[in-house]
Amino acid sequence: MGKIIRKRVLIPKRVTEMTIKAPVIASKARPGNFVVLRLSMKGERIPLTIADADPEKGHIVIVYLIMGKTTALLDTMKEGDVILDLCGPLGRPTSIKKQGTVACVGGGTGIAALHHIAKGNFQAGNKVVSIIGARSKDLLLFKPELERISHEVLVSTDDGSLGHKGMVTEVLQDYLDRDPDVKEVIGVGPVPMMRSVARVAQPYGIKTLVSLNSIMVDGIGMCGSCRVNVGGEIRFACVEGPEFDASQVDFDELMMRLQAFKSQEKASMELFEKKQLA
Amino acid sequence: MIMQKKTKTKISPRVSMPMLDAVERGRMFSEVALGYSLEQAVSEAGRCLQCKKPTCVKGCPVDVDCKSFIRLLAGKDLEGAFAKIKETNSLPAICGRVCPQENQCEKTCKLRPTGQPIAIGRLERFVADNYYAHTSCEEETGADSCVPIDESLKVAAIGSGPSSLTLAGYLAANGVKVSVFEALHSPGGVLLYGIPEFRLPKSVVQREIDSLKNLQVDFFCNYVGGKSVTLPELFQQGYKAVFVGVGAGLPKFMNLPGENLIGIYSANEYLTRVNLMLGYKFPEYDTPVPPGRNVVVIGGGNVAMDSARTALRLGAEKVRVVYRRTKGEMPARQEELEHALEEGIELEILSSPLSFHGDEQGVLNKVVLQRMELGKPDESGRRKPVPIEGDIFSLDTDLAIMAVGTGANMVLTQTTPELELNERGYVWADPENGETSMNMVFAGGDIVTGAATVVEAMGAGRRSARAILQRLKG
Repeated sequence: MGKIIRKRVLIPKRVTEMTIKAPVIASKARPGNFVVLRLSMKGERIPLTIADADPEKGHIVIVYLIMGKTTALLDTMKEGDVILDLCGPLGRPTSIKKQGTVACVGGGTGIAALHHIAKGNFQAGNKVVSIIGARSKDLLLFKPELERISHEVLVSTDDGSLGHKGMVTEVLQDYLDRDPDVKEVIGVGPVPMMRSVARVAQPYGIKTLVSLNSIMVDGIGMCGSCRVNVGGEIRFACVEGPEFDASQVDFDELMMRLQAFKSQEKASMELFEKKQLA
Repeated sequence: MIMQKKTKTKISPRVSMPMLDAVERGRMFSEVALGYSLEQAVSEAGRCLQCKKPTCVKGCPVDVDCKSFIRLLAGKDLEGAFAKIKETNSLPAICGRVCPQENQCEKTCKLRPTGQPIAIGRLERFVADNYYAHTSCEEETGADSCVPIDESLKVAAIGSGPSSLTLAGYLAANGVKVSVFEALHSPGGVLLYGIPEFRLPKSVVQREIDSLKNLQVDFFCNYVGGKSVTLPELFQQGYKAVFVGVGAGLPKFMNLPGENLIGIYSANEYLTRVNLMLGYKFPEYDTPVPPGRNVVVIGGGNVAMDSARTALRLGAEKVRVVYRRTKGEMPARQEELEHALEEGIELEILSSPLSFHGDEQGVLNKVVLQRMELGKPDESGRRKPVPIEGDIFSLDTDLAIMAVGTGANMVLTQTTPELELNERGYVWADPENGETSMNMVFAGGDIVTGAATVVEAMGAGRRSARAILQRLKG
């Protein structure tokens, strides 16, 4: 349990994929689920979405953006190393039913998290249109993986190095204009992107879900750190989410709350980098 | 009777508990109450009237034979006293520290009317801390040896808080193989993440868990009941019975404007960051704890006191506990309240928050409160706080901790529809034996009662263990 089977650099010094031995989690992981991991006795607990699961091999796949002490430390680990604590699958799985066309919109590292949801929809017999974006072609994740489980993959880049030059939501808008049969939109990515997905999809009256990445400590419904404002009510992303109706989510508040520990996170990272250099 | 009359007039006061200095301790996490010496314990035990019909025992949720253990202790028979306590209480070092004895054994003590009941909790703690058992079985049960473990009689406990630990100890001592599944990375439940070090040292909890391990109880951490391990799977794996002791869950908030600003935390989160994640040692430990100079704690229970005293130890200059009734109605233990006040915690009674306010970054800087007065008694029997119209005031604050209770944790019940719930969303269980709507599934502790005390959870664990044993062994 917790042994790193394979490590693959997706974007050097930025994003890495790990395949981890976790038979119990792999056998139960559903699209939308996440794990909480802790790397050392002094470590913090962080949530990471399960990007893929192979119940037969007993493997799960996680993809992480190196953005703080824990992900930086995780990135120093090698194949064969063992993750100290790995807990999951957590969160409510995506509710997937056969319903027609589903537009899966992903940005940045969120594309990896989106993958499992898109795959679930594909396996359920839905037409999966994956719409993914990044700053540039080199920073675009999981395109080949998504191509295997999507009927169509549409791409946007900020610099136009691949696909549409501009925002991923512009591609979504264009697609929704073209295809009247879209039954559901799912957005996973940076908060501004998800907010934008919600705004673009709303006029079409299509059910739209977003997967929220709020700060968690236990991840099992005990601490309330992950609380988000959905439809004016406090909801807990770890046990009631992480997916919520995009039209009801207070994205501004989520953005604000993600900054809660910014200075400590920075201090912790700097200390870690200093130690790595020494 | 004659003797009692005599003692009534000559009764000596309780032997006071040695304590760390209030000013000094307010800045560190060391345990506040230091414990009796042998002389002090024997002297306190000697005050016991040894009533013919002891009423103290009736006040104990786990039926500790207080009279007998105190008699043995008065005669300096620590071994005997230890064995006597262990007959019914598997976690005396914990109970001696965190039980609200003033509402239990000490409340029903015959000396209570004098205002000086026997300090039963302190004596229990003394015995548990000072007698070192010779065998793991003795450590667990007080008996020299236990029934050998029968590997075919497997019972699973979900959650590793006080109810499950009690159940595990009772069953293991009777030869049952127990597996405890814990969702977090370390066992102990609320004893670990909830109750601070200065009230219950983690080493005391660890000792209890180690003694269970010696009785071949297995602990599996990072297993979430209802997620990575479900009830039907446990039965498929050969477990004969399952005990659900997953504790209370979701912290309650008040749904007030500004309640999600940065700087407002549930007590659960604040205490978990400090106690479980050891965030007070940040950045040596990775988990940060929100800093607070001017702290407001909302609520009047033990969790509010724990939060307030923790904030003080983390360097707060001012800590105020905001409570809507008065000091007399606070649900916190008298002792905890007194300790908090000695350390410099201030009370803002008859007030209730209306809204929270922050700067443009969303960082809390003010709470607006409504002044209350006490009206007629409500269904709880306490006088109901009612707002004084127009009497609104504000306090500057950079950290607010919400200690206003918890609701039912939905993780297990979400995925276990067969488990019947009560109208409050907690697991329904027979109060006599903890049996739920599912065959051979028992439940106890906060997931059944809602937030209650450690010892009540232990009582529930014990009742379920007894019922399970009866079913398994006939």
